[in-house]
Amino acid sequence: MKSFKYTRSTDAASAIQAVSANKDAKFLAGGTNLIDLMKEYVERPNELVDITRLNLAQINSVKGGVSIGALAKNTDTANHPLVRQNFPLLSQAILAGASAQLRNMATNGGNLMQRTRCQYFYDVAMPCNKREPGTGCGALEGLNRIHAIFGYSEKCVATYPGDMANALYALDAIVRIKSANGQERTIPVQDFHRLPGDTPEKDNNLQHGELIIAIELPKNNFADKSYYLKVRDRASYAFALVSVAVALEVKNNQIKQARIVLGSVAHKPWRSTEAENALVGKSANDETFQQAAQIAMKGAKPLAHNTYKIELGKRAIVLALQKAMNGGAA
Amino acid sequence: MTDEFEEFYKSFEEPELTADEKELLAQMPEIGEFGESRRKFLGNAAAGGLGLFALQLLAQEQVLARMETAEGAMFASVAEENAVAVRLQINGVEKSLNLDSRVSLLDALRERLALTGTKKGCDQGQCGACTVIVDGRRVLSCLTLTATCEGKKVTTVEGLAQGDELHPMQAAFIKHDGFQCGYCTPGQLCSAVALLEEAKNGEASHATTNLRSKARNLKLSQDEIRERMSGNICRCGAYPGIVAAIQEVHSGRETAQTWRFVSDEEIAALNTEEKADEIV
Ligand SMILES: Cc1cc2nc3c(=O)[nH]c(=O)nc-3n(C[C@H](O)[C@H](O)[C@H](O)COP(=O)(O)OP(=O)(O)OC[C@H]3O[C@@H](n4cnc5c(N)ncnc54)[C@H](O)[C@@H]3O)c2cc1C
Ligand code: SF4
Ligand code: FES
Ligand code: FES
Repeated sequence: MKSFKYTRSTDAASAIQAVSANKDAKFLAGGTNLIDLMKEYVERPNELVDITRLNLAQINSVKGGVSIGALAKNTDTANHPLVRQNFPLLSQAILAGASAQLRNMATNGGNLMQRTRCQYFYDVAMPCNKREPGTGCGALEGLNRIHAIFGYSEKCVATYPGDMANALYALDAIVRIKSANGQERTIPVQDFHRLPGDTPEKDNNLQHGELIIAIELPKNNFADKSYYLKVRDRASYAFALVSVAVALEVKNNQIKQARIVLGSVAHKPWRSTEAENALVGKSANDETFQQAAQIAMKGAKPLAHNTYKIELGKRAIVLALQKAMNGGAA
Repeated sequence: MTDEFEEFYKSFEEPELTADEKELLAQMPEIGEFGESRRKFLGNAAAGGLGLFALQLLAQEQVLARMETAEGAMFASVAEENAVAVRLQINGVEKSLNLDSRVSLLDALRERLALTGTKKGCDQGQCGACTVIVDGRRVLSCLTLTATCEGKKVTTVEGLAQGDELHPMQAAFIKHDGFQCGYCTPGQLCSAVALLEEAKNGEASHATTNLRSKARNLKLSQDEIRERMSGNICRCGAYPGIVAAIQEVHSGRETAQTWRFVSDEEIAALNTEEKADEIV
């Protein structure tokens, strides 16, 4: 690990100032992604500003919904009564990720910011445009079983690997950010992550030195019928090959509103509004679900080793919708 | 062994120090032994085919861990620039440490505080061997910087027993044969002890069927225990014993031990059979 200066911050303004002033400085939250990447020399900051003691860990009701602090731990978020009651989809997605130990450390802000698990990105001996722009993409013609089938570019075929964000996309969450000038701004979570295009080194639209302070969850009518389905190489403690967050609002067996978000298929959670629209107004049955699944996977472009994700994705969508109709029990 | 190989091997046994290294040794005789023995190890290891990367890691770890004993003399400028003073409580005892900002809690425990119960498996968050309890929560000490632990309370496997009396979870692991080599066990134990509290508090897992329930004092099924313990990998596959041990302590219902030591008579009987075999 490269040597770095460590400071412990107690207020957001000074933390933001410290990181803004040094292009090689980073915020340190739970450290579960950053420290790992620093050990591999993938990340090489010369300064870490510890933000875990900032007063940003509250979870509370706000006008129009619930606000979860950026520094609240994943465990505390998944278990908070406001989240479990009103947004069980979010609890389910968080609990599908990592392990109890990691969720006790990981924060909500850090979770949104986590980097890809592409094996070439992690190996500094390999070419990778995300890690070292201009060196090429090791995965494009290499081993790409876990890589994208949607929205990638020649420059990068990596996926966003997280679980929590898939639920946040389905729940129309809003990311609240504080900038160096002390101003706050919000980004709808759908616009938070980006596609790789020609600049895969940028995972998302946060500027250097900007601090995520909270994630807001607007009220909705999905709590009765939602489900997070994660498919992975083993039953637990593994990243998704394909995951899907679905939410339905159903009246008299007619679908009023729907959300379908796929995880681990693109550089960001992949929401299919087309498939959602195909569900609205229809009765909730397997045939409708299958049609929606077909539509959601339309336009997928598999790489050499991940064609399986298309069929897997379709089946995952149908199963998740069926589970949601059953009240979303695990 | 061919002559060529012997030559090659010898070149490692008698290390050549660079001018810089000689000067460093002259300034700091106390690291001499370390430097020499490491060099010898490098030689043996290279002959044995250990990867260069592993050697670099080992060397770095040793340097980081030795910072206090060397009183910051080695890499003095770096050490002073990024040294962090940390006060924390470990198994009920206050400790003050002065260390490089890079030192993980795992390395501080093992290399600085001689608490070697906590184990290093992957050093990357992927195995759970390094699990300890910080402020009541199980966490991975390999991904925790010691610097972040200021004022915190750390419990390691050494802190679970009360004097000579084992923690019920430790006793249950023995009773149910919850290990083979024992390498993952300290992490499994810390994890399992924290799991008990989580279940009391009604915390959910991926295997929880009704997330909207507000129930506390959960009665965990085998599936629940397996999911909740998935962050602790056991290379020996002692999982059935681990689950049985946790289930017994968690439920408070005693279950039968499925093994016992053989008696002297049984051993004697075995011996006669063996002898009989030999005669035949
Ligand atoms: C073995 C393993 C398995 C895992 N499995 C899964 C899984 O199955 N599913 C899953 O979703 N995740 C998984 N994870 C990833 C884990 O969820 C993330 O590492 C974690 O959520 C990151 O949060 P953190 O607080 O530790 O972030 P850190 O590591 O502290 O930070 C990550 C990045 O975010 C930045 N950052 C942190 N907080 C803020 C903020 N408030 N504002 C701006 N920037 C910020 C940091 O500067 C850093 O660049 C796994 C991790 C490991 C090690
Ligand atoms: S897919 Fe992206 S992250 Fe992976 S090697 Fe290619 S450029 Fe790097
Ligand atoms: S050593 Fe920490 S998880 Fe493996
Ligand atoms: S007992 Fe050997 S690794 Fe678990």
